[in-house]
Amino acid sequence: MEIVKRPHVENFIAWAKDKPEVVVLTADLTNSSEVGKWRDTYPDRFFGMSMAEQNMMGFASGLAREGFVPYIHTFAVFIYRRPYDQLAMSIAYPNLPVKFIAFLPGITTPGGVTHQAIEDVSIMRATPNMTVLETGDATEVESVLDVAHAVDGPVYVRMLRGEVPRLFPKDEPMKLDRARILSDGDDLVVITAGITTEEAMRAAKPLADAGVGMRHLHVSTHKPFDDPAILESIERSRFGAITLENHTIVGGLGSAVAEKMAEAGSGKRLLRLGLRDTYAHGASKAYLMKEYGLDAAALVAGIENLTGMSTGITDEDLAEARVEATHSLAKAEGL
Amino acid sequence: MIPADANGDWTVKTQEVADRIRTRVLDHVLRHNGGYMSQALSSAEIFAMLYTRVLNLGPSTAPMIPQPFAGVPGPDNPDFFNGGEYNGPKAPEYDRLIFSPAHYALVLYTALIEVGRLTEEGLSQFDQDGSTVEMIGAEHSPGVETTTGSLAQALSQAGGIALARKRRGDAGDVWVMMSDGEFQEGQIWEAIAEAAKFGLDNLKVIVDVNGQQCDGCMDSEAYVDPLTGRIRAFGASAVEVDGHDLEALDAAMRAETGKPHFVMALTNPVQGLPIFEERAPLLHYLRFTSDEERDRYQAVYEEMVN
Repeated sequence: MEIVKRPHVENFIAWAKDKPEVVVLTADLTNSSEVGKWRDTYPDRFFGMSMAEQNMMGFASGLAREGFVPYIHTFAVFIYRRPYDQLAMSIAYPNLPVKFIAFLPGITTPGGVTHQAIEDVSIMRATPNMTVLETGDATEVESVLDVAHAVDGPVYVRMLRGEVPRLFPKDEPMKLDRARILSDGDDLVVITAGITTEEAMRAAKPLADAGVGMRHLHVSTHKPFDDPAILESIERSRFGAITLENHTIVGGLGSAVAEKMAEAGSGKRLLRLGLRDTYAHGASKAYLMKEYGLDAAALVAGIENLTGMSTGITDEDLAEARVEATHSLAKAEGL
Repeated sequence: MIPADANGDWTVKTQEVADRIRTRVLDHVLRHNGGYMSQALSSAEIFAMLYTRVLNLGPSTAPMIPQPFAGVPGPDNPDFFNGGEYNGPKAPEYDRLIFSPAHYALVLYTALIEVGRLTEEGLSQFDQDGSTVEMIGAEHSPGVETTTGSLAQALSQAGGIALARKRRGDAGDVWVMMSDGEFQEGQIWEAIAEAAKFGLDNLKVIVDVNGQQCDGCMDSEAYVDPLTGRIRAFGASAVEVDGHDLEALDAAMRAETGKPHFVMALTNPVQGLPIFEERAPLLHYLRFTSDEERDRYQAVYEEMVN
């Protein structure tokens, strides 16, 4: 598996070249949001808004009303948490085309509770007019811009930075409200998004070897959430579904699937894996994924719970199945 | 942009508009046994100045009788209607008015009536179910271009509009009408600092400094007095004037300072209706507590209109 170093940096520069309406606003997190080179390339389209997110939302609103398409780049927590009233009233209510490029989703940062966006999908899903996207690999980091730009209104994007794996072919871009089917099987459906997709992919071969039939869906659109493949897959499965999300299990991917199942009268079971209504703390991504049960081992345990099957899969099996030895899972990214 | 004065008698017309704003709002409060009275008393000259003297606006492109609520903005609602159309078309040469303290909506609607952008009947829809003439307006309400009922968001919104217009080289200014209570919100100070940083000399702000807020008097010693100096310290220009003196307002609002410019209009929340003073310090909303009280206000109203 290819590891792509900072896929957003050059891609965003090339993508914005023929889009003079695109401007960037950030709140003192230029290089941390991978737009330092963008600023140097398009200095007249870049606005450093200081550490003042409430005001940044208002300026973005005003620029959008005048025909620009602001791409706000900062950490997710400083988009949906600190200035929520401004985001909702100045941008979301008027359905303005402001795109929020939200870095450090979930526990991808060692920055601890203040920097970990663990309930952002829930809050953004509940915000009317908002489209909610999440990137799971380098191909999606590169193609999410086209998806976001085509939406008539505000878009929140859970973005990955630094070293990002390429899980999906470069010529298979993200599509709005369409899940990717990554493996197939009759026993259960596993639905993942963002960094948890790689975990389920890691478990795929050991599970197949153990005779477990997993249909694996990767979701990159949290809202709208109307891909019929989700429900159809669950209804076809023997045991039901498991969601695995880098987020609290309240209001995110697991909740979205539960809503669909309940409204359709599905009799299948659903197991929601993710942060169990808790904040996290500062540590490496790999450590936190293990601690909070977001990794491949947690998924295997969940599958055994849901299906009643015993897989015999060990941590060593999963370690050997790591997709790429050079992938620096344990490397803490700087702030 | 403020057109040059060609007629020394402009103050007569502008004062008439201000006076009519007061009496019409009082009439409304009497009819409906409640309303935002002090806001009209303190800001009548401010709105009269904006609409008759300062703002360079094109003719209204909105219906004289407001249309009913047509849904909130969204990708699936092509019928959404923006209240800013009452202030005329958006064009490079025209000014824009961003209305910040949405609780002043009754005053804004009344001002639109007095300058012929809204019919009198429009006010009969005030606070009626299904109407856009809402008590605390949003951007479908007449004269309201952006949604600002969560106070202190307008200055940042206007800053973004001013930044975009400055980049385009538009001649028109972006005017914001604000209340002094909003300066208690931190966002205002973020906005002033950033507007100054970007050199937004096309951003003009008129502030109704009436010293009033929902819970009563703002602490003028600790708060209002240093307000002007604090704004200057954040990089904008600010000047204090008597907010009921049209000539003084005119001079202050015409100033070009090369910075975001704040006109601090020091106003009296019972201007023109001294009987209201007996309610002090709770002047945020007037609702009569007895028929006797209402009759006394009715008598004052009769004197004002006759």
